[in-house]
Amino acid sequence: MRNITAEAATAATKTAGAEIAVEVRGICKMYNEVEALRSIDLDFPAGKLTTLLGPSGCGKTTLLKIIAGLIPATSGEIRVNGKTVTGPGPERAFVFQDFALMPWATVMRNVAFGLELKGMGKDERQAIAAKYIAEVGLSGFENKFPHELSGGMRQRVGLARAFAVNADVLLLDEPFSAVDEQNRRKFQEDLLELVEKEKKTFIFVTHSIEEAVYCSDRIVILSRRPGRIAQIIEPEIDRSASPDAIRRDQGYLDTVEEIWQGLKHYVD
Amino acid sequence: MTLFGYRVPMMASLLVWCVIWEIVGRSGAMFLVPPLSHVLVAAVALVQTGTWQAAALTTLNSFLIGMVFAIVVGVAIGVLMGRSVTADNLLGIWVNIFVSAPLSALVPVLMILFGMGETTVVVTVFLFAVWIIVLDTRAGVQGVPNSLIEMGRSYGASRATLYGKIILLAALPEILAGIRLGVVRGVKGVVIGQLLVSIIGYGELFELYSRNFDMENFWALTIILFAAAMGLSALIESIEKRVDYYAGVR
Repeated sequence: MRNITAEAATAATKTAGAEIAVEVRGICKMYNEVEALRSIDLDFPAGKLTTLLGPSGCGKTTLLKIIAGLIPATSGEIRVNGKTVTGPGPERAFVFQDFALMPWATVMRNVAFGLELKGMGKDERQAIAAKYIAEVGLSGFENKFPHELSGGMRQRVGLARAFAVNADVLLLDEPFSAVDEQNRRKFQEDLLELVEKEKKTFIFVTHSIEEAVYCSDRIVILSRRPGRIAQIIEPEIDRSASPDAIRRDQGYLDTVEEIWQGLKHYVD
Repeated sequence: MTLFGYRVPMMASLLVWCVIWEIVGRSGAMFLVPPLSHVLVAAVALVQTGTWQAAALTTLNSFLIGMVFAIVVGVAIGVLMGRSVTADNLLGIWVNIFVSAPLSALVPVLMILFGMGETTVVVTVFLFAVWIIVLDTRAGVQGVPNSLIEMGRSYGASRATLYGKIILLAALPEILAGIRLGVVRGVKGVVIGQLLVSIIGYGELFELYSRNFDMENFWALTIILFAAAMGLSALIESIEKRVDYYAGVR
């Protein structure tokens, strides 16, 4: 585990020489009188999974939606692949906490919806969608409707939809919080496989410490409102080990413990 | 329903009332109530007359034109109110007044504005039906989850696409419920409008039969009208049932 302080964060990423996919520069967000985020500076390395972790109300979802271009920042700038963000764009795809599936559309149409909006022809987009439906493990469910699926399966549809548009950056807003515990574990394992396979940049918001440590290459811990960067941690865990071995790994357990110690004083 | 341990089929209560009607009619106690069997015979004869067919066509025409306007305008205003707080504040009070106001009182005014013809009837149908469609559409649009709209935006939906492919479809169960209630009110509107104008369509026939105490034809006309209104409402309800499954899971 590597603990990088907020001040040294930018320097650390630069010395590592990793390519930066998303740059967050001086982002502030005010909701009327309430300060949600205060001057956030952050780099998200390409091809890695970075988690935003923090107590509820720390503005982690707000930051993610600002990166997505869904809500405007009060001040500051977001750059994705060097280009300044002014709204949603095709290089970013979003996975929603409550899945945001269209209940009147089949799994196939939901997964292909991003491509449909791009104006791609039916055969072409369905071929792509079918590939990702298989990849998230939903083959055979193409013609089912969302209400016929379990929570975990619905989020797999949400994930397949995000993959299908072939964005560079995937933004996941607490994707597993509405999924039951057993399905969540399986889903996390599958997600790691997909991260490995898809070589995309993932930005992941969660309030689960275990989930953050288990899935992330890098964890950004935000403080309570106004949200600021409290700590950046890189859990150095051998991901080639089996999922169960990782969950028993001393490094994994130590990291969880350290984060908990840091966050404990926010809990009342 | 079960009665004395036997399962009574649906609509059985209707039969009971039909029998009572027949008995009262045959007893001759009230000349306003002829036996039901006579009314039904009159109904069969009535629908074959040119007078009735012409009246029915005029009525249907006014009703359909009024309903099309009510649905288009009602859904549009409802979506506007559901999406814009300003529009909601501006229009909300009027819609709520008109949805419960006794609109029949306005028909004489409409006659002055639009003349003693079909236009008045069309406007009456529109005014009877539109408000409930506005209110239900507004409720449906407000019920569209924010994440579904964010989903559309983040995957690059244009404004028109967002409304056409997401918001309207997500609000469809409520919109259809509004249209069904609007249709029922529209039938009232067409009859009241024609009765008050009283020289066209169904209203003219009603006026003719009741003035001449031709009760058999009068009741036949009423029964046909009731059946048509119920049939229309049932038709929309069956469409509603098809989209009902997703009202709960949005």
